[in-house]
Order: sequence, then C-alpha cells, then structure tokens
Amino acid sequence: MIAYNTAVVLLGCALLGLAAGTVGTFSLLRGRALVADAVGHAALPGVAIAALIVATLGGDPRALPPLLAGAATAGVLGVLAVQALARTGRIREDAAIAIVLSSFYALGVAILSWLQTQPGAAQAGLSKFILGQAAAMRAEDALVAASVAGICLLVCLVAFQRLRAVCFDPDFCRMQGLRVQAVDLLLLGLLVLVCVAGLQAVGLILVVALLVLPAATARLMTFRLPRMLAISALIGAVCGAAGAWVSALRPEVPTGAAVVLALAAVFTVALLLAPERGLLAQLYTHLRRRLAADTEHFLRATWEAQEAAGAGPGTAGDRWAPIAAVADARGWRIGRARWLAFWLAQRGLVARAEDHVHLTPRGAAAARRAVRAHRAVEHHLLAAGATDIASADRLADLVEHGLPPEVAARLLPEPSALPASPHVLGGKRP
Amino acid sequence: MTIRDFLMLDLPPLLAALMAGATCGLLGSFLVLRRESLVGDALSHAVLPGIVLGFAITGARSGLPMLAGAMVAGLLAVVLISVVQRAARLDPGAAIGAIFTTFFAVGLVLMETTGARSVDLDLDCVLFGQLETLVWAQAEGLHSLVDPAALEGLPRQLGLLAGVGIVVAVVVAVLWRPLKLICFDPGYAAALGMPSRALEFGLALLVAAAAVAAFESVGSILVVAMLVCPAAALRLMTDRYGAQVLGGAALGAALGGVGYALAGPVPAALGLELSLNAAGVIGTLGGLMVAAAALVRAGVTRGRQGRAAVA
Repeated sequence: MIAYNTAVVLLGCALLGLAAGTVGTFSLLRGRALVADAVGHAALPGVAIAALIVATLGGDPRALPPLLAGAATAGVLGVLAVQALARTGRIREDAAIAIVLSSFYALGVAILSWLQTQPGAAQAGLSKFILGQAAAMRAEDALVAASVAGICLLVCLVAFQRLRAVCFDPDFCRMQGLRVQAVDLLLLGLLVLVCVAGLQAVGLILVVALLVLPAATARLMTFRLPRMLAISALIGAVCGAAGAWVSALRPEVPTGAAVVLALAAVFTVALLLAPERGLLAQLYTHLRRRLAADTEHFLRATWEAQEAAGAGPGTAGDRWAPIAAVADARGWRIGRARWLAFWLAQRGLVARAEDHVHLTPRGAAAARRAVRAHRAVEHHLLAAGATDIASADRLADLVEHGLPPEVAARLLPEPSALPASPHVLGGKRP
Repeated sequence: MTIRDFLMLDLPPLLAALMAGATCGLLGSFLVLRRESLVGDALSHAVLPGIVLGFAITGARSGLPMLAGAMVAGLLAVVLISVVQRAARLDPGAAIGAIFTTFFAVGLVLMETTGARSVDLDLDCVLFGQLETLVWAQAEGLHSLVDPAALEGLPRQLGLLAGVGIVVAVVVAVLWRPLKLICFDPGYAAALGMPSRALEFGLALLVAAAAVAAFESVGSILVVAMLVCPAAALRLMTDRYGAQVLGGAALGAALGGVGYALAGPVPAALGLELSLNAAGVIGTLGGLMVAAAALVRAGVTRGRQGRAAVA
C-alpha cells in the first residue's frame, strides 16, 4: 500500500512527464530542444527575486505560486534574450542559449549568496529548486502539475495541425499565410510552462532532459507524429513516476537525477533495439547487405574463374573452380572465401568438394545474372569514357549493387548474348 | 586590510579567477566560431561523474586523478554525443541535451552514494563554485612570495589552473593556423589533408581540461559563462581572428579579476556590508558584457545607416 504522500508525488511527477513528453516532441521537431535548458537555468534569479519580494512584503517566502510566477517571468525574459541575441546575426542561437543560461544562473547565484547574508528566511529552501525535491510536493502542487498537463494536452490538441505544419515545413507555412511566429511563441510559452512546473520536482538544471529524452526516444521508435506524441508522453509519465518512486525509497538520490536516469535507460534501450533506427537493426541491415554483395561477388568470381580456365563466355558453369582462384580474383583471404563457400552451399547455390566449388543450376542462374549486370556496367562505363580498362572492374563493383533490374535491363537488353569481359580474367587482385 | 590579509585571502581566488578566465576565454573563441558553444555547456556538466569517480577511487584530494577522470568522462560524452546524433539522427542540440543531462545525473547520484561528499567536493562547489574558499594560510607578508616553503601552501587548484592554462596557451600558439582553418573552413582544411578529426578531438580535450580546472573554482555552470561570454562579446566587436582569440583571453581574465573584485574586496574597501558569490558576479558581468556589446553594435549600425540615409 502506497502512502498518501507518496501517491501524490508519483501522480504529480507522472503528469509532469506527460506534459513534458508532449511539448518536448514539438520542440524537438522544431529544433528548439535546448531552449528549455536556457529557460530552466534562467528561472533561478526569478525564484530568488520573488522570494525576496514576498519576504519583504511579509508573506511566506516558501509559498509556491509567487516563486513559480517569478520563475516564469525570468524564463520568458530568458527566451526573449536568446531571440534578441540571435537577431544580431553575429551570435548564433547555440551561443545565445549558452550565454543566457550561464549569465542568468550566475545572477541567481549572486542574489542567493546575498540573501544568505540577510536576516530573515527568504533564501530558505530555494536551493531545492536547483536539483529538485519531489518529496516536498504537496497535494496542491500535484494539482498545479495536473493543470499544467491539462493545459499542455489541450493546447497541443487544439493547435495540433498548426504545430505539426510549423515543425515540418515552416517555409511552406509562411507561404500559406500561417503566422509561424505566433505558433512558435505558443510553443515557447508551453515550453516555459512545463519548465516552470517541473522546477520543484526535477530541478532547473535537469528539467531540459524531461523535454528532450522522451521525445528523442519516441523519435527512434516511430516515423508518425501522433504515435510519437503518444510514446513520448507515455515514457515521460512512466519515467517521471519511476524516478519519484526511487527518490522516495532512497531520499539521498535527488529526484531530478533519478528521473533523468530512468529516461536515459529507456533511451539507451531504444537506441539499441528500436526497429529500423536502432543500432542493432542498422547493424543487421548493414551485415545483410554486405552478405548479399559478397554472395554476388563469389558467384561471379566462380563463373569467371571457369571462363579463365578455358570455357567460352556464356558456357561457363559446368566445371569445378578452386576456391583459392575465387579468393585471388576477389583479393579475399582464403578463410573468408571458404566461409562464403560454406554459406552458399547451405543455401544450395554451390556444391563443395576438396576446396573446389561447382555452381548448382540455381547458383549458375544467379551467377549469370551477376556477371551480366557487372559487365553491362563495365561496358557502359567504358563506352561513356568514365573509366579505363584497368579500373573498370572496381568501379563497376561500386556501382552495380543496388542497380535496379530495369536499369540493368536498359544498359544491356536481355536477349543479347552474355558479353565477354573487357579485361583479362583470372588475375590476382591485390 | 593588511598585505598579509590580501595575500592570504584575496590573492589565491583572484589568481584563480584570472587564470580560469584567461584559459576559458582563449578556448571560447574556437567554440563560438565553430558553432559549438553548447559543447562547452555539455562538457562542463559531463565532467562531473569523472571528477567524482576519480575522487572516490583514489580518495585523494590531489588534482591528477580527478583531472584524468574528468577528461575520460568529457571525451566519452563528446564521443557519445556524436554517436547518438548520427545513430538516432537527432539534431546536435537534442543529442547534447540527452547526453549531458544523463552524465550530470550520474555524477549527482555517484556523489551522493560513493561518499565522495566531503569538504573538498560537495554540491555547493559544483553548483555555485567556491572561489572564496581558496586561501593561502602560509602567507605572512610579501617575502612569502619568494619563499618556496610558503609557496607550497598555495591551494592546489592554482597549480592545476596554471598547468592547464600553460598547456592550452602552448597548443593554441603552435596550432595557430590549423585552428584558424578548422574554424573558418573545415571543408578546405580537410581537402588540404589536415587531420581535422584529430584537431577537433584535441580541441575538445583542451576544453574538457579547462572545464575541469575552472570547475573547482567557479563551478560547473559558470564555466560556460567564462567560455562563451568573452568570445561572444568580441564576436560582436571584431572581425579579426587574432583580436578575437587573444582578446578573448584578455577579456576573460579581466572578467575574472573585475568580477572577483566587485564581489567582495571593493564593497569591503568602500565600507559596504555586501559580500556576494564571486563566481555569480563574474557570470553576471559576462552576460552584461555581451548585452552591452550587442547594444553598442546595434547603435553603431543604426548610426551608420542614419548617415548613409542623410548622404
């Protein structure tokens, strides 16, 4: 049974993650991922000044709403400063972000150090905004998180088409008469809202991760925007709750760090395992392509080894070729050639005996196709004057794979006989 | 205030601020020109786990294990950023944001769980910088400046900063032209057969070293201000490579010195009860400097346009 307080914290963090996942998707696609970094760091002086004002007026400096209002004001100022600096044309947006985040944060540090020397408790608990402390979250704070999440979801839903259009093709939008600047401002507004709401739980240094990591993970897993939004929001919510849970069990672990590590773990898994864009999937595709190319090369080398041994063009395929000759023709080590011979024998393309290979009927057909495509490209390159005889072989190797069949057919119409190789066969490739 | 007080309490932090400012300012121009300002941001956060681990494993307060750990962590972060950026086809900003926050979070957790928290290395140092804690207890007077026994008592951070600063200055001097080329025309540099990848990697190495050395005195986030602010302010004022790079170092040192003076000694000398975090004041001044440069530039451009309109 979860204690009431823990339940409140978990719910609040999950809702924050939900909002950040949604808004983060759009800001990632718009190329604005790190603006959140500037907003987060810029919040520190806002929080400090708000605490100072509240304390001077005699209020409770720990009340959340004025602090968050201060953070929001400073965040908006930070965004405006980034844009103003980028408009000078001399300072790029990345440098502008770095300048704003560091100097605003520095101002906050200076103000905090001054507050500490003042009588009164204005600075009390302000440093928890830097690293976040979800355990301090109360029911009304969770309510704030819930309303922020609600606002973000609602706005993203209502403005979905506009946001999507601006994220994918701002120039087209401008031509269609859509007010791109207004949509950008809306997005920045949502960004500030999420950052400010996340301050208490995650802290101002790491709040940017809440906006970047779920969206980046979702980007790995799908190509469709609605699905990406759903995945990103889900990951944000689950990891937000998980981080808060860990931090509740182990209070010495800052909540922000726990949430970020949960997000980073999910991102790593997606980076490795995601279909199509994951590293393993990319490695598999790469290896499969290489094997396909090697197969073609082996079959063609077998065919040509027999031609070199005396069979005329078009009649090769009925003699045994030594694997060593194939390896020499390709410039492979003998071990690699033997391994490929074994693999092709498994697939029924060649028969093996005593370090020789013999093309099976299926293998011969495939070899004939490979030889045909290769020579077509060679002859074409020579006719076009793109190469000389010495290097035609290698250049054709680079071009022929992935040549669509219809292009191959155009280069060399099918009924014609298999042409002779333009260069001497049976040589050893370095 | 006596000479002794100055030597003991003000000289070490002042020297640290000057050296950190000069080193970071020197390197910052390359980052800004190469549009890699955020790499400085990323590195300054990402070195944290390395520093904590270096500290936790050796348990020593000597600089070298921490420096080594930080370099490894920083370079790992740079490599991971480029791997993630290519593998996940993210834009550079997003890849940076994903990696440095993760490293920083790992560093925070390590700091809390390995017991690396200590007088020397705590959260306040990471977050705010601790220029003020550098003291030279052995200082007794001007003669201490030439007394080897007393000089050994100088805070070790000063030695680290000086060493890194000298290395950075030598490397920049030796590689002056190649660095210029990879800043302005990386494609041409590659076509000339220059080892651009090695140069870029070396640059990242230097930035990581500077970030670590400055980290202990000004804190992880304010390193960014020292790296980017002088370079960006000069970017608004000059088009000359030499002025940009060397001026960056000078401006960085000035920023460090003036910022430190304004934070404590100057108000104290004026009899004010005001003592601010020096790193905070330095960073704030950096931002104000960029803002001032931007305003001056806007004014100059407008004036020129006005004259052109009249003519």
